[in-house]
Amino acid sequence: MEEVRLMKGNEVLAEAAIRCGCDGYFGYPITPQSEVLETLMELKPWETTGMVVLQAESEIAAINMLYGGAATGKRVMTSSSSPGISLMSEGLSYLAGAELPCVVVNVQRGGPGLGTIQPSQSDYFQATKAPGHGGFRMIVLAPFSVQEMHDFVGLAFDLAFKYRTPVMILSDGVIGQMMEKVVLGPQQPRWTDEYIAETCMDWALTGKKGRGRNIVTSVDLDPNSHERFNLKLQAKYRNIEENEVRYETVRTDDAEYLLVAYGSAARIGEKVVEMAREEGYRLGLLRPVTLYPFPTGPIEVLSRQVKGILALEMSAGQLIEDVKLASQCRVPAYHYGRTGGVVPSPGEVYEAFKAHFPK
Amino acid sequence: MKQEIIIAGFGGQGVLSMGKILAYSGVMQGLEVTWMPSYGPEMRGGTANVTVILSDRRISSPIVHEFDTAVVLNQQSMDKFEPQVKPGGILIYDPNGITRHPERKDISIYRIGATAHAAKAGNPRVFNMVVLGALIQVSPNVTLENAYKGLAKSLPERVHKTLPANEAAIRTGMELVETAQVVPGLATGEAPANAVIR
Repeated sequence: MEEVRLMKGNEVLAEAAIRCGCDGYFGYPITPQSEVLETLMELKPWETTGMVVLQAESEIAAINMLYGGAATGKRVMTSSSSPGISLMSEGLSYLAGAELPCVVVNVQRGGPGLGTIQPSQSDYFQATKAPGHGGFRMIVLAPFSVQEMHDFVGLAFDLAFKYRTPVMILSDGVIGQMMEKVVLGPQQPRWTDEYIAETCMDWALTGKKGRGRNIVTSVDLDPNSHERFNLKLQAKYRNIEENEVRYETVRTDDAEYLLVAYGSAARIGEKVVEMAREEGYRLGLLRPVTLYPFPTGPIEVLSRQVKGILALEMSAGQLIEDVKLASQCRVPAYHYGRTGGVVPSPGEVYEAFKAHFPK
Repeated sequence: MKQEIIIAGFGGQGVLSMGKILAYSGVMQGLEVTWMPSYGPEMRGGTANVTVILSDRRISSPIVHEFDTAVVLNQQSMDKFEPQVKPGGILIYDPNGITRHPERKDISIYRIGATAHAAKAGNPRVFNMVVLGALIQVSPNVTLENAYKGLAKSLPERVHKTLPANEAAIRTGMELVETAQVVPGLATGEAPANAVIR
């Protein structure tokens, strides 16, 4: 039988990175995700798998170390929390512009600015619309349990290499700090240099023996050629939108009302569904698992079935904009959320739901 | 079965580790569990609390604002969490340092003199295991055997030499817990044999 362990979301990120054969982690400590680096330092993977773990001098240094590692076809990863992710914006844009794969984890805390260290989901726009300048996108995965913190690391690496793009795991202080049961995956071997040279031959800097020259850059001063590159990126994004949408539904089959929430808010949302069902409301939950690509189609379909939608998010209302676009404002759609690190109680969300949709 | 528990006291009292041991005991019992700490600038001397949920089904929200059981280890936590116990729920508290004893009439209340015991025994480090013993006595959703297993899983191996002392402290807590009042309701456990119902 697989061993069931009780672990924090942040600790599991570290275990998952090692076990899925990550080559390098570069990061800088920040609450509420410091346990990622701490756990890696405790586990000393450089003595077992050979994985490099390095505490950089800043988040800016860390993201640029990712650029360097990714350029050679290595599986590299960083994690931070909201203010640190802002510092990584430029690097993320360069990674996207150079079409480099990497995994970036944001364990969100309340902002703006240095803000608070308590959980928040106020980086939704940043993650899904503009993680940096220049009109690029990242695949964004939103785990809602400690098990998903584990599972999404391997998935994120797979997607990052499949599409040659940065992939973000967008979590928050609740999921990072919480302990739950988790089953850890088996230890996968790290990719060998030969394997990387073969599978990443078209782009990675592996030494050009037996092939043409690969150039890793995000600069192209000819506007026409750079527009062609942008169109190629956009085609990649359409491909991602078509093939990588992930979501989960809870009791939507007979739903008259729909709650939309991701990550830790979806956990609270599930409780709200339980409370509402007890009082005879036919409420269901749709949980986007990928925030980009957004589950537009499934929400569009459900918007033809339900009388109203409530988007629940620990922000002043960001997810709601995508919900309204997806549902084409066919039915009333409202936002409920708390900001600044306050986590809403299931009870207050249920009251807000009833206020919008009285029986 | 679902038990939503808050454990609250001073930082340094072992509140978070008691919660972890309880949660791991739940894992050993085959239950679903969540452990959600108040993380923040709390340190020794500040307040610390943790929400542990034990359930035989998938747990939705790890964050709840009313509890089946509250374990209260200082006055601030009493003020904050006594009102958040569900009617018919359980409150367990250490009377040490408590200036205002619980006043609710609609919950079961138990006292555990864990601070006094730890001081008498000269081992303040087992304080939180005395409290855990009280909890599993009045609310036996995990067995003593699984509590031992949860304890061993939670402690790093280099401190496993302290397991016997910690196990003894759990048993002590089970014996020392006193009943202040029992109401019908969510209380899942039997009142301890030495209960004095007032």
